[in-house]
Amino acid sequence: MSASTTHGHATHGGHDAAHGHHELPFWRKYIFSVDHKVIGVQYGVTALVFLFFGFTLMMLLRWQLAYPGQPLPVVGKLLGENAMPGGVMAPEFYNQLGAMHGTIMVFMGIVPLAVGAFGNYVVPLQIGAPDMAFPRLNMVSYWAFLPGGLLMLAGFFAPGGAANSGWTSYPPLSDIATTGQTIWLLAMVLLITSSLLGSINFIVTIVQLRAKGLTFWRLPFFVHAQFVTSFLLLLAFPPLEAAAVMQLMDRLAATSFFLPSGLVISGEPLRVAGGGSPLLWQHLFWFLAHPEVYVLILPAMGIIAEVIANNTRKPLWGYRLLVYSAIFLGFMSFVVWAHHMFMTGMGTTMSTFFQTTTMIISIPSVVILTCFIMSLYGGAIRYTVPMLFATAFLPMFAIGGLTGLPLGLTASDIYLHDTFYVIGHFHYVVAPGTIFALFAGIYYWYPKVTGKQMNQTLGKIHFWLSFICINGVFMPMFWQGMAGLSRRLYDPTIYAHGRAVQSLNVLISWSVWGLAIAQLPFIWNFFASLRHPKAVENPWQATTLEWAAPSPPPHGNFVTPPVVYRDPYEYSEPGRSSDFHPQFAREA
Amino acid sequence: MSAHPADAAIPHTVEPHPVTGLPNGKFGIWLFLASEVMLFGALFSSYVLIRTQAPHWPPEGGLSSEILNVPLATLNTAVLITSSITMVLAWASCKLGRIDRFRLWMGSTIALSFVFLIIKYFEYTDKFHHEHFPKTNNFYAIYFTLTGLHGLHVIGGIVVNTFLLTIGTRLWKIDRDHFTNRVENAGLYWHFVDLVWIFLFPSLYLL
Repeated sequence: MSASTTHGHATHGGHDAAHGHHELPFWRKYIFSVDHKVIGVQYGVTALVFLFFGFTLMMLLRWQLAYPGQPLPVVGKLLGENAMPGGVMAPEFYNQLGAMHGTIMVFMGIVPLAVGAFGNYVVPLQIGAPDMAFPRLNMVSYWAFLPGGLLMLAGFFAPGGAANSGWTSYPPLSDIATTGQTIWLLAMVLLITSSLLGSINFIVTIVQLRAKGLTFWRLPFFVHAQFVTSFLLLLAFPPLEAAAVMQLMDRLAATSFFLPSGLVISGEPLRVAGGGSPLLWQHLFWFLAHPEVYVLILPAMGIIAEVIANNTRKPLWGYRLLVYSAIFLGFMSFVVWAHHMFMTGMGTTMSTFFQTTTMIISIPSVVILTCFIMSLYGGAIRYTVPMLFATAFLPMFAIGGLTGLPLGLTASDIYLHDTFYVIGHFHYVVAPGTIFALFAGIYYWYPKVTGKQMNQTLGKIHFWLSFICINGVFMPMFWQGMAGLSRRLYDPTIYAHGRAVQSLNVLISWSVWGLAIAQLPFIWNFFASLRHPKAVENPWQATTLEWAAPSPPPHGNFVTPPVVYRDPYEYSEPGRSSDFHPQFAREA
Repeated sequence: MSAHPADAAIPHTVEPHPVTGLPNGKFGIWLFLASEVMLFGALFSSYVLIRTQAPHWPPEGGLSSEILNVPLATLNTAVLITSSITMVLAWASCKLGRIDRFRLWMGSTIALSFVFLIIKYFEYTDKFHHEHFPKTNNFYAIYFTLTGLHGLHVIGGIVVNTFLLTIGTRLWKIDRDHFTNRVENAGLYWHFVDLVWIFLFPSLYLL
């Protein structure tokens, strides 16, 4: 990982202007830094690299789905005889790719980017704080995250390869899987620890370190979103940690927490005490992983709120409603987890309960989406690159959310469960949903982090190509799923109903590879823009507090401690000469 | 640890926030304990689920109180509760400005923690001598996992408290209130570790 060398550019300049601090050696300033901005950039660059790696795994896997059993030219040879004998993907390797793709994207890509990077960089600035409440703890979170991520990747070099029991690691399969699963569990313990430390830091920072005059009802929605997210991370992750400890015991000390009595594997009875419950893992896993869905989406909604308010040049519609909905969403996310388990035979009473709570939780999501759409109404919209991504987020998230309803209802879920429909549904939420929001955030705050503006033309090319390709990837999955095609199939053409929708697999795979090409303008833009001339302060003419600091902000952030005089989105006030009235501007 | 140049500017490191009434560290430790409640809560729930599913508990027959060593565990309960008292006395000594008394009480807390671990060691080795391992059955799996994880928390407490007793004391000379706050936070954690044991003891040994 070259995070330390890459972000050196990103934070270059500005540091020398830091007021009165004596010069820190390189390793204290850029590697083991306690500055929330450096840590934010470290998280961001690392997470983007992991995100791209997780995407690469899917590019490989899609070859097998588009052209089952055919040798992959060039790359197939490079991956060796174990993974791809004769260039044809081995089924074991296919399983590793699927399991690791999910794990990497969720735990090492999106969460660290949405919370670790954006949260770390933007939250202290938006609340007018000099840093996070616990700077050294912040450093420790990053240095638990990076080894955790690298350990996870090291799984590929274990005997039998990386974890291959799906990103959900359901026992009994995961209990008897190859060594890669043990590495997965150990890496998860590190990643969970990192998230826990981070979430404590965020909550304390937001409660204790707000600038003078910054009441809770004057906080930007992004900060509210991060606040709720932190509570989800704080309270939902420990049960998965407990589950990981028990699965580690099962694997290393031969206990039977998740192994029932009388288990027979390949015709041989498994020699364990038995008496455990595979369902217990599923409950503990989803107790984390459903709030996790909101960990993925809430910070994204926060970014969207900032970008929409700024580019429509009017206050957010229903700001308080947004905040109440986010809090309600946070609470409800703890009582919907078993809607992932309708097919486990846990009983109709349980299913009915979780079906009901699932229908209830869709209400605040729709409220939030409605507020965003209403915010567009009557605005003089500036279609900047961040705004393009934000506008696209709205229908994409809507498709993702609405397609979830048939999965939350037990009757329709029986048919759709574990089909490609499910894959299409949640990817619409997290890929063209969350990842588009994260792109919006990168384009929006890039001038804050570097002091330079990104190239808008390249940004527009990146947006339109990504938008077209990503829909080519996920939209056909709904058709495949409704045709009954199961997820995780190594070769879908073994079934007649799979052969019927196989042409869509070819379309999806080419869209995936097209999506990869669509990222090239972004990657070029990300680095080339560092050489741009210095942008003006506050290039978006935004109202929130992060723009009160110089760009990039020096150590300690603000030259003088900021004071907040008004609400976060005072755009287009009648009777004012300028169309924005920053929170930190003193005059009436 | 000496004050780091980077935290110099962070508000409410020592003086409480006017609204919450808490300094940052104390707020943080309460949040950490909330996550710990969820960790042990999940483990206790798993215990309840596995136990209620089992036809007999313990699976080998008999009573938990006959299989596990109740007298030693009772002694350990007394040891931990005493260590919580000495921890409070250590904090109170800081409040009264008596760093010498602090050393005495903090030293006692650490010593009692070691006593707890040594007694635990004898319990564990006794089980191993009788060929009782985590894999024997789920009763032992739960016993070893829960008490083992609790034991790790005790070791964590020893590390923190030893730090405060040794190099951590340097902060006393620079900022007494800050150091006293740190002792209080370590104490909150220590009482939590104690509390977990107070739940573990009856639910594993007696019920």
